[in-house]
Amino acid sequence: MKYVDEFREKKLISNLADQIKRSASGEYTFMEVCGGHTAAIHRFGIPSLLPHGIKLISGPGCPVCVTSTEYIDRLIALSFTRGVAVATFGDLMRVPGTESSLSEARAGGADVRVVLSAYEALEIARSHHDLNVVFPAIGFETTAPGTAVTVLKAAGEGTENFFVLNAHKVMPPAMEEIIRAGTHIDGFICPGHVSVITGSSAFEFIPRNYGLACVITGFEPTDLLSAILMLIKQINNHAPCVEIQYKRAVTPAGNIVAQKFMNEVFEPCDSDWRGLGVIPSSGLTLRERLKNFDAGTAFIIEVPRNEPDPFCICGEILRGVSIPDECALFAKACTPVHPVGACMVSDEGACNTFFKYHTHD
Amino acid sequence: MCLSVPARVVSVDGEMADVSVGGAIFRAGLQMVENVRAGDYVLLHAGFAIEKLNEEDALETLRLLKEMDDAITE
Amino acid sequence: MTEKISLSHGGGGRQTHDLIQGVFTKRFGMDDPMTDSAILTVPSSKIAFTTDSYVIDPIFFPGGNIGKLAICGTVNDLAVSGADPKYIAAAFIIEEGFDTGDLEKIAFSMADQAEAAGVKIVTGDTKVVEKGQCDGLFITTTGIGILRDEYADIGSGIRVKPGDRLIINGSSGNHAVTILASRRNLTFDTPLISDCAALNHLIRKILDNSGEVHFMRDLTRGGLASVLNELAAMTGCGITVEENSVPVDEPVRGLCEILGFDPLAMANEGKVLVVADHAEADKILNIMRSFPEGKDASIIGTVTGERPGRVVLNSSTGGTRFLDMPSGIQLPRIC
Repeated sequence: MKYVDEFREKKLISNLADQIKRSASGEYTFMEVCGGHTAAIHRFGIPSLLPHGIKLISGPGCPVCVTSTEYIDRLIALSFTRGVAVATFGDLMRVPGTESSLSEARAGGADVRVVLSAYEALEIARSHHDLNVVFPAIGFETTAPGTAVTVLKAAGEGTENFFVLNAHKVMPPAMEEIIRAGTHIDGFICPGHVSVITGSSAFEFIPRNYGLACVITGFEPTDLLSAILMLIKQINNHAPCVEIQYKRAVTPAGNIVAQKFMNEVFEPCDSDWRGLGVIPSSGLTLRERLKNFDAGTAFIIEVPRNEPDPFCICGEILRGVSIPDECALFAKACTPVHPVGACMVSDEGACNTFFKYHTHD
Repeated sequence: MCLSVPARVVSVDGEMADVSVGGAIFRAGLQMVENVRAGDYVLLHAGFAIEKLNEEDALETLRLLKEMDDAITE
Repeated sequence: MTEKISLSHGGGGRQTHDLIQGVFTKRFGMDDPMTDSAILTVPSSKIAFTTDSYVIDPIFFPGGNIGKLAICGTVNDLAVSGADPKYIAAAFIIEEGFDTGDLEKIAFSMADQAEAAGVKIVTGDTKVVEKGQCDGLFITTTGIGILRDEYADIGSGIRVKPGDRLIINGSSGNHAVTILASRRNLTFDTPLISDCAALNHLIRKILDNSGEVHFMRDLTRGGLASVLNELAAMTGCGITVEENSVPVDEPVRGLCEILGFDPLAMANEGKVLVVADHAEADKILNIMRSFPEGKDASIIGTVTGERPGRVVLNSSTGGTRFLDMPSGIQLPRIC
């Protein structure tokens, strides 16, 4: 497959691994903040190729993991509302709410359908005038423009039975929050596809204000290893900056057209990140003139009171201060088959990935 | 969910396109990319093309990797 | 016969007789008079006995249908146990309103497949339920095979030892991805079809030519990853797999990339894992490749004494990781 196979050549990989071994002098901690990176790093066995001094930790890069329990509860309540169908990305199906999940709701008779895009959800609304279709809008800057395009399409056509329950979030404020909370990080492996939309300029504040190294990279093994090498060199040279390794997709300015769609439909708001709390201006909400598409406004939703499991440390894992097997519940009460916290549910979650792939000791 | 993969544009039909990922054909919205033609590669994410892949830059990245490879094996 | 199956076809009277005679018995080569039980003669040896239910959605898919699947599935369950499949019983639960023409096509497939596999459908049952009480058609097949003593422990893994090689007869994930694509009405550049196939002739030839087959299992739900983990757990050995050696077709890879699935954990319906002494591996590989169902056969790994109970994947990148038991339902009603 073009743009994939060439970046997986074994010889290039082993050469990069050698270069890293030779350049690394001391200990480095790098955080990645993208679920796709979490999965790729472990799927390709990257940690097994690195010398012991390099530690890779996962941050809050999985949109499912940082979605609050209350949001899931609201979706479940909506799915049981007469005349409402929830059309969702598959990733949300098994996320545990306070008492249940969307998957269990469906088994209990709720109208829950899996879609691959916001567009598909709109098409369901168009072909089922008797149904109010709610699309859970989760995801970061990579996904928000797609929701924006779809909402504008619905507005343009006058579709009245399509709604979004918004939970889109943006990365940079969360990264800043993690730095300020004191997690020890030497550099960031910056999110590859968020950056396609935002451009590298969105991350300039990190080296400028905090002196941390940043490299924006892709998802193939050569991308990831190149990025690690570039981060090491920045640190060794005391020259932190934002570098783009993923040049075939990312530019300094990003995708202006996508940004325009986002700005037309959304405005910033405070957002509750599971494990991190409320972060100012880290979320997106529908602008006033498009509020008629907001499921939160259109439907009255009552949700149960949420008491988080006292032993669940998803928050600390999402902040990068703990690793999955430090959690008392990990691999015992909390497994991919019976997840307690969101980090275990999502295929991109740190705990799920650790459980599936965890590397050689 | 964050998954975006390189997809080859098979045919364009207004603001939608058929794109191929390893032979599997998907529909993609082209609202966020410009001047897309059959044969181009785009990043497909959640039903939308979020960027056109730049072949020159891809080749440049590969060239740098191979240069490094040559330097090591000399 | 009427165009659609109705409740009266399940009533036990004339219409039931018409259904059985018109659709099933002639095609299956069953003799008159129809008795409540098939009377069979089996040699005095062990017999292998298996049953499976098929609830696949959609009922017709590229590469087959629920009937072909039922025959192949049961034949394969017997064959991987080391037995010669001989007789099959087939029970049908039909939803009121099911198209009779479709039912005939399915019966025809089953007859065809049974003949090719050298098995006889000797008895069966039909029931018709009200609309909404089952989804179209469900089939249960039960099979008997004759088992020679020397193969009796082939399913237990008791003879598996470090040094043994793992051999698979072709690419992983084709069935699951075909079903997924059918459900979503996805199309493909190059047609992707289910690998649904009866493997008893292929397996028989391997067993006739090698006395060092230590384990066999067919790779259905959960795919290769599932079977490898079961094997590691059963034997207490470690298993190492070379990712590059596991054949995966391009459209399967593409769909798995975009949906985040692991091709090694996807369901198959025409794949067998054979574990054999390393000295026999090449011979077995060549036997597999002499069959159409084995043209892409490959030696994919080794049984080791390291990391007992775990499956290690040597990634195509040169890195290593564990290949764990797949969890959660990736795709419901895949078979």
